[in-house]
Amino acid sequence: MTKNQTILFLLFRKLGQTWQLFPAFLFLGFFFVYPVVLLLSLSFLNSNGEITLEHYGRLATTPLYFKVLVITLKTAGWTTLLAVVGGYPVAYLLASVRHSTRNSLLIWVLMPFWTSFLVRTFAWIVLLGRNGAVNDLLQVLGIIDRPLKIIYNFTGVLIGMTHALMPLAVLTMLSVMLNINANLPKAASTLGARGGQVFWRIFFPLSLPGVAAGGLLVFITSIGFFITPALLGGMRDTMIVQVIIFQIHEVLNWKFAGAVSMLLLLTVLLIFYFYDRLLGLSTLSGEAQQSSAKSNRLTMLGSQIGTRLITYIAWFCEKTAEFYEWFFPLRPDSPQRKFSQKVLWVTGLFIISFLALPTFFIIPVSFTEEGFLSWPPKGFSLQWYEQIFSSLHWFEAIGRSFLVASCSSLLGMFIGVPAAFFLIRKSIPGKTLIFAFLISPMILPHIIIAVAIFFLFANLSLVGTTFGLVLGHTVLAIPFVVVTVMAVIKNYNEHFDQAAWTLGATRLKTLIHITFPLIRPGLIAAFMFAFIISLDELTIALFITGGEVTTLPKQMWDDAIMRVSPLLAAVASLLLVFMSGFILLSEFLRRRGVQVK
Amino acid sequence: MELSVCLRSQYLWRFFLVPYEPVGDSSTKLKIRNIRKTYGEVVALERVHLDLQEGEFLTLLGPSGSGKTTMLMAIAGLNDPDEGEIWIDGKLATYLPPFRRDIGMVFQNYALFPHMSIFENIAFPLRMRKFNEAFIHKEVTRVLEMIQLPEVAGRMPSQLSGGQQQRIALARAFVYEPSIILMDEPLGALDKKLRDQMQLEIKHLHEKLKITLLYVTHDQEEAMVMSDRICLMNNARIEQLGTPDELYFKPATLFAADFLGESNFLPAKVSSVRESSTLHLKLSDGTSVQAPHRNNVQEGESVRLMVRPECIRILLDNENEVNTATATLKEVFMSGPVTKYYLELAGGKEIKATQLTKGPISSIQTGDSVKIGWSKERSVVFNS
Repeated sequence: MTKNQTILFLLFRKLGQTWQLFPAFLFLGFFFVYPVVLLLSLSFLNSNGEITLEHYGRLATTPLYFKVLVITLKTAGWTTLLAVVGGYPVAYLLASVRHSTRNSLLIWVLMPFWTSFLVRTFAWIVLLGRNGAVNDLLQVLGIIDRPLKIIYNFTGVLIGMTHALMPLAVLTMLSVMLNINANLPKAASTLGARGGQVFWRIFFPLSLPGVAAGGLLVFITSIGFFITPALLGGMRDTMIVQVIIFQIHEVLNWKFAGAVSMLLLLTVLLIFYFYDRLLGLSTLSGEAQQSSAKSNRLTMLGSQIGTRLITYIAWFCEKTAEFYEWFFPLRPDSPQRKFSQKVLWVTGLFIISFLALPTFFIIPVSFTEEGFLSWPPKGFSLQWYEQIFSSLHWFEAIGRSFLVASCSSLLGMFIGVPAAFFLIRKSIPGKTLIFAFLISPMILPHIIIAVAIFFLFANLSLVGTTFGLVLGHTVLAIPFVVVTVMAVIKNYNEHFDQAAWTLGATRLKTLIHITFPLIRPGLIAAFMFAFIISLDELTIALFITGGEVTTLPKQMWDDAIMRVSPLLAAVASLLLVFMSGFILLSEFLRRRGVQVK
Repeated sequence: MELSVCLRSQYLWRFFLVPYEPVGDSSTKLKIRNIRKTYGEVVALERVHLDLQEGEFLTLLGPSGSGKTTMLMAIAGLNDPDEGEIWIDGKLATYLPPFRRDIGMVFQNYALFPHMSIFENIAFPLRMRKFNEAFIHKEVTRVLEMIQLPEVAGRMPSQLSGGQQQRIALARAFVYEPSIILMDEPLGALDKKLRDQMQLEIKHLHEKLKITLLYVTHDQEEAMVMSDRICLMNNARIEQLGTPDELYFKPATLFAADFLGESNFLPAKVSSVRESSTLHLKLSDGTSVQAPHRNNVQEGESVRLMVRPECIRILLDNENEVNTATATLKEVFMSGPVTKYYLELAGGKEIKATQLTKGPISSIQTGDSVKIGWSKERSVVFNS
């Protein structure tokens, strides 16, 4: 072998070690990076194909777009505030109860997470309407005389979005809270701190990274929302994503849509940048207990104000408790009633029911005799269900949705699982970057991916095909598969594999006989995760579907734009029942998997 | 609450509201009466009594699950007992919250607050007691000097080594001079060498500051080295309470004898109880031996004789002992300072003997028949 050949050989061997990443890189490269770059670069071209900034000029000079951006940020800001403030007591409650209680409460918290976006939004239409359940209840109770206007305006949007995103905030905060050493609050109380002091001086500061991370995730996600503002908001609540959809669907102005996408992307990146400057991105992992931000004057000032504020709140809590004890002195001879615990439970359960209950209102409405949504539903009829089952249209949409979901989650598994193995098992420089790249379809606003894929597929004649839908949904499935499978492999003891090798098993046989059987529950969970994501996906479907080829969410959306009818409530009820069954099944499989261990 | 305090404070009217503020004798720092605690079906503590005198170092020793941590948590107010009473400093405290008890606690993994500097960690109990800033500064500096770490005040806990964190945890519990300090396996996370050093340091601090200390450990050596008294726990009950000497040389139960140190148990029959100070026994191979007198044994009763391996000597030809037996040497292990002999008595019963290692070569070989002997005083008789 010559020297050159040796170098080539070594290079191939190095490449060979990274083969697990190839499918993911190839797929995402072609169906994600390439179209997004294409779309964004399109925004710098004029109609003759020359480089220009005219689209950005238009963006900057039209006050409408600035207003839309402000509304988007305002909506996202309020949603974040409500989701974090409302989610905190829930996360705190979940963190403070026993393991089994936590698991059963978590199912209810995750309820809105699992039920389709559209189903949830329909439920809010039933609840918040002029004659909806909320107004009805308030009037019966005599709290109000006239119906409140809480839908088709900013209030409606906020209620819907907070409901949709609070579980995300709860989960993020919970993971940080569970990492707080349980002895710290105990230690504080033996050192003489009262309940309020323990919470505000010890627990709360340690849970702040979770609050910040949860806030960031909610903010970023809500910037990319369009379903809720479109269905629950009024004309004045248009968000930036709706502008992009309008530019594509109504005027087919790719280049301007690209420019708006660029604006959206820059906004997201800017938020990440400020978050990193102030708090450090490492807090996102949910493990860091100390902020890794470089200290600058701003963070110093912030922490000083924060400390002062916490001291005052803690002082106030202590005074309140002392005042309470004046009337109900502590008795050393009988167990104390833990007042704060009761308050926490009542608050927590109230918020959890806000998360879990609304969806169920869709069911009674679907049995109405009337031709429109009303509360309480009049009579009982199965006419809407009959309509669904007699219409080929809905059947086809349901069938296609399931086909697309199965194919894309399978494909996502084939691409994502090897990549997840690579990220956990191999150590090479730049692993964090690879991870960031693989999960970026999850973080990037989906509208950008959807429009970009639309543009690519329009040139490849893949628009309006089932295959196109599968490819598009796979892009979104990969990050979920990678994250879920990584979490499973991380907990997998590699000694089992090593033992199998020493006993004479090849790598492949080890994988088939040892590794996969042991991580099967995790693999099933990843598949189901990807399946549900695809089944509920509307953004990509909005563009890639066409004519006869449509999916269930797209069909529901098209109908909902016209009018949210009891027929949609019936479809939503069916979907709700199916999803609940699906989740119970996956929970059952998971529990069985645990028993095997 | 004392009457004088009631009269001069804003608590005056509470005097009428709370007719029952029980006060006991205050010479005993801690009095535990009849404490019972269950977790569902599992009994964690079964009607335990314990007294702790002022300035005493008492260790709760026992295997895991014996109830020692449950007891400590009940004293700290971190769990509520089902029944019974806890008196701290002569005041009833059974169900008082921890912050009202005036106790200090050192946790197994130190539980230093990770978001506060060392100074703030130690200042925390003083701030909770609303001392002024100058006093806090003085006191924190004082205890940091006491533990010989005056330079770390500005650092964060994560920047300190395990041993240093351990000392800070001690300082935080000492700084406000609580009436009792509780320690829950505080040295469990340290390596052997550091642990030995910290054992002595804690003991010296205890002697110097004359504090009352309740210590929990499952390490018997640690308990022996440090404690004035040891409370040996097993199965949610107190097995034996006494000085380290009493526990080691006069174990009250088989469990106590077995848990502390190594022991040989030899089945025997009581042949005579008539002598006032001596019990005459016969081992299963017919050898006659003597043991200290005990009341609750009858002639002819089957008992078990316990002798510590280090109390058994391998006798030279010219030596003699009150109790002797002939045994065959099965195996010898030299483990540094001591050499362990595994012997077999004539009846087939195995017996261990431990001697100080005197030189590199042992004079006796495996398979040799040797004479072994032990004193009457070092024998303990148990009903079997």
